[in-house]
Amino acid sequence: MIRHVRFLGSPKPGEGRIWVIAGPFLWFMIFFVIPFVVVAKISLSTAAVSIPPYVPLVGWGEDGTLNIALHFGNYHFLLTDPEYVIAYLSSLRNAAVTSLVTLLIGYPVAYAIATTKETLRGPLLMLVIMPFWTSFLIRVYAWIGILKPNGLINNFLMSLGLINHPLDILNNQFSVYVGMVYAYLPFMILPLYSCLEKMDHSLLEAANDLGARPIRAFVSITLPLSLPGIIAGSLLVFIPAVGEYIIPTLLGGADTLTIGTVLWNEFFGNRDWPVASTVAVALIVLLVGPLMLLQHFQSKGERS
Amino acid sequence: MIAALTRGRLFLRLMMGLAMVFLYAPILSIIIYSFNESQLVTVWSRFSTKWYVALLHDEQILHAAKISIEVAVLSASGSLVVGTLSGYILSRFKRFRLRALFSGMVMAPLVMPEIIMGISLLLLFVGMEQVFGWPQRDVQTIVIAHITFSTAFVAVVVQSRLAGIDVSVEEAAMDLGASPGEVFFLITLPLMVPALVSGWLLAFSLSLDDLVITAFVSGPGSTTLPLVIFSKVRLGLNPEINALATVVILAVGLVSGIAAFKTAFKVLTPGKAIAQEGQDKCVSPA
Amino acid sequence: MIADEPAGSSSANPSQAEPNGKGRECIPEMLTISQDGYQPWTDAGIEPQLRIENIVKSFDGFNAVDNVSLDIYRGEFFSLLGGSGCGKTTLLRMLAGFLTPDSGSLSMDGLDLVPLPPYERPLNMMFQSYALFPHMTVENNIAFGLRRDGVPKDEVAERVSKVLDLVQLSEFASRKPSQLSGGQRQRVALARSLVKRPSVLLLDEPLSALDKKLREATQYELVNIQQQVGITFIMVTHDQEEAMTMSTRIAVMDKGKIVQVGSPAEIYEYPQNRFVATFIGSVNLFEGPLVENQTDHAAIESDEWGGKIQVGRAIGYSLGHNTTLGIRPEKVRIAKIHDPMALANRAVGRMKDIAYLGNSLVYHVALQSGKVLKITSPNLGSTSDRQFVRDEEVHVGWAPNACVVVEP
Repeated sequence: MIRHVRFLGSPKPGEGRIWVIAGPFLWFMIFFVIPFVVVAKISLSTAAVSIPPYVPLVGWGEDGTLNIALHFGNYHFLLTDPEYVIAYLSSLRNAAVTSLVTLLIGYPVAYAIATTKETLRGPLLMLVIMPFWTSFLIRVYAWIGILKPNGLINNFLMSLGLINHPLDILNNQFSVYVGMVYAYLPFMILPLYSCLEKMDHSLLEAANDLGARPIRAFVSITLPLSLPGIIAGSLLVFIPAVGEYIIPTLLGGADTLTIGTVLWNEFFGNRDWPVASTVAVALIVLLVGPLMLLQHFQSKGERS
Repeated sequence: MIAALTRGRLFLRLMMGLAMVFLYAPILSIIIYSFNESQLVTVWSRFSTKWYVALLHDEQILHAAKISIEVAVLSASGSLVVGTLSGYILSRFKRFRLRALFSGMVMAPLVMPEIIMGISLLLLFVGMEQVFGWPQRDVQTIVIAHITFSTAFVAVVVQSRLAGIDVSVEEAAMDLGASPGEVFFLITLPLMVPALVSGWLLAFSLSLDDLVITAFVSGPGSTTLPLVIFSKVRLGLNPEINALATVVILAVGLVSGIAAFKTAFKVLTPGKAIAQEGQDKCVSPA
Repeated sequence: MIADEPAGSSSANPSQAEPNGKGRECIPEMLTISQDGYQPWTDAGIEPQLRIENIVKSFDGFNAVDNVSLDIYRGEFFSLLGGSGCGKTTLLRMLAGFLTPDSGSLSMDGLDLVPLPPYERPLNMMFQSYALFPHMTVENNIAFGLRRDGVPKDEVAERVSKVLDLVQLSEFASRKPSQLSGGQRQRVALARSLVKRPSVLLLDEPLSALDKKLREATQYELVNIQQQVGITFIMVTHDQEEAMTMSTRIAVMDKGKIVQVGSPAEIYEYPQNRFVATFIGSVNLFEGPLVENQTDHAAIESDEWGGKIQVGRAIGYSLGHNTTLGIRPEKVRIAKIHDPMALANRAVGRMKDIAYLGNSLVYHVALQSGKVLKITSPNLGSTSDRQFVRDEEVHVGWAPNACVVVEP
């Protein structure tokens, strides 16, 4: 029966491949690439009270001429309005701090898992991945209960008598960092682990044998060899963290400005789709570099 | 040197323990406090299941849950198809024009901020609706959006499984007279089953969990569970949400986690299973 | 006095080989088990079964297979022998259909193979890794190819059980590949590729995954099976001993080209050039101008040897031509005292090194020129006239017909 399934069955191997590739290729062209073009297009428009709420770029004049109105004002606005500049800078800072802290926590964890007994590695790795299977939103929400003035941490510390007044650890920069590090930690541990696990441990033994102290062997052997994992992990955390919306909204204070919250407010609050599109385009431009770097490292890892 | 080594190991163990506490404490706290009777979520009064009862009578949540599950099943199945094809293409077709573009398009949603995918897909849908009169913003637009971002995850799982399957097994089948279609359906697909199961479950839970993209592309009649939860938690802690969260954690987290445990373990360590297979008892009666 | 009866250092142990030396009595050390006087390539009236003509295949500008032509005859056990990267596997994969040649033609019994995809070619391949389907039982692995051809159920069952008998795996029919030993898997792979009765079977390093002991036993088993089923076997191997033991003919490949084709004895006794001479076994080489050339003998003048080297036949060069002679280590005789048999080529040297290999001994003797001569000799037991010590003066020599002209 399956004999007749010959979608690949052209005389020369390879000729049928184009049809296999075509399906997913078209899907991503239509639903991933073209949308960016649409966003770029709308970012050059202005808001209007209409459905949809923006002025069409291309229109027909009353005398039948074709009018194309490109409006670059949104970009100018973005670069000069301090609110946006602050939002971009604080998003970049959040993402950078998150990458650094997840690296500092994730590296020892990944290293510990990679060097433990082989039978323990799988279960430990699963423990790291498991939270990823449960709801992101709920996991972030859980931190409200832990950090708020009469939350678990403050209640615990006050009951021990260590503090008299609740610590102010929710709705500020600190709680945003905690939430971001918490949510993105698995993204750092996994690439680090897969890099460290592949490493030949006889190299370390050789280094020790040649007289290197463990710290020295780590710095001169393990660390450089795990650099691809460090870079991949950092990018996997940094890129989505720049555009993070849920964490700053739930755990940040009223003054927390990030690209995510600004875009969301322009879009849903002000219904200014062109400005929201401009914010999105600027974010994409910001992430092109890191994205290409990641792609470069991933294709390199694929080849080796 | 020995002392330094053990001190190093101690440090590693400690870090691992702390990281585990860090990862699981919030989840556990939610589960525990969902059984707290008090309206003040974080102040324990006594054990009660009243929030679960309230949950069962909350029409809004039940309705949203139904929509969420419908979306998750459809989009997991859709991303299984697109993701399996994409993973197969990326791992078996090493050279074709636009390969770099293709792998970039498949993998970028893994890291692309959701807010960008959300706004761009919405603007696409709006534009398409203006031009073609389709699609209306409802379950179908959410499903399309979810397929687009969770395909990457399925593709990664499939790709890593395929990397563990010796290409010569497929070549052998072809050599024995199987057409490429037969090779795929009789050899490759059966060998990929574990990856397909965990890929589907992963896509399912990603879809069930997505808030940001859904917020952009959903219509008035298609409010999913995360949208409801988000609108409630923005107003602060809510014991009913704790109960709901517990149900979600147990249902999605544990059930799919356990179902995927074995397969995910295998997928993550593809080389090992092969190596073990290759090296077992080499005593031959030849 | 003289350690005679030289044994080939590179051939199989003669005691293991089947004694069937039709027309090969002059080369007792080269027992090739599949050779039974079947030499179709010497008969112009026989059409080759497989014709490989001017095949070129390049990867990124590098010619992996460079203008290769070969004729292979029905019933042969043909080996492609060479080091890694010599193009032997590329050639085999082009025959199987996994690679398309850039130019040239492949035909089998008049059928043009090039346009056919692997699944429509009437030849089968046994993979180096065996490539058994891990999710199928042994039985289903073997039946896979027959089912693809739409063979009726009863016939499938019958042919599977027959071939399982042939490879002695009947009681393992319902096991999965992971429950088999390496040797058993190898035989499943063989059975699976034989069951379709291809006219030609391609074998990609069929024995490389087995350990040494098992490999030796399997060499004979594979040849026996080939003779039972009468299918042409084309084997790729990097192991010269394996190729010598099993093949009717060997094609030695280097850098994408075929450097010599011939029976194992031809290749060993008459290597056409330096590469073949050094790749198959080891050899002592001497260079010098041709100083004598008669119908029944010739000689070169070699400084390294310290005089004339006599050759027992005419050489196809003119006088004065710089000629290279090769002499196999086992053909050099060594003695403590002057050779009473008065070999035409003889010299005195100093023992430099002695290696004890169990079944044989390897001596390194420094000639007066400083050139080190390698000599092997079978271990005939330790008697005083064979116990050499280092730095001892020894007499070495060989018969004029023992050496061969080697092209550079």
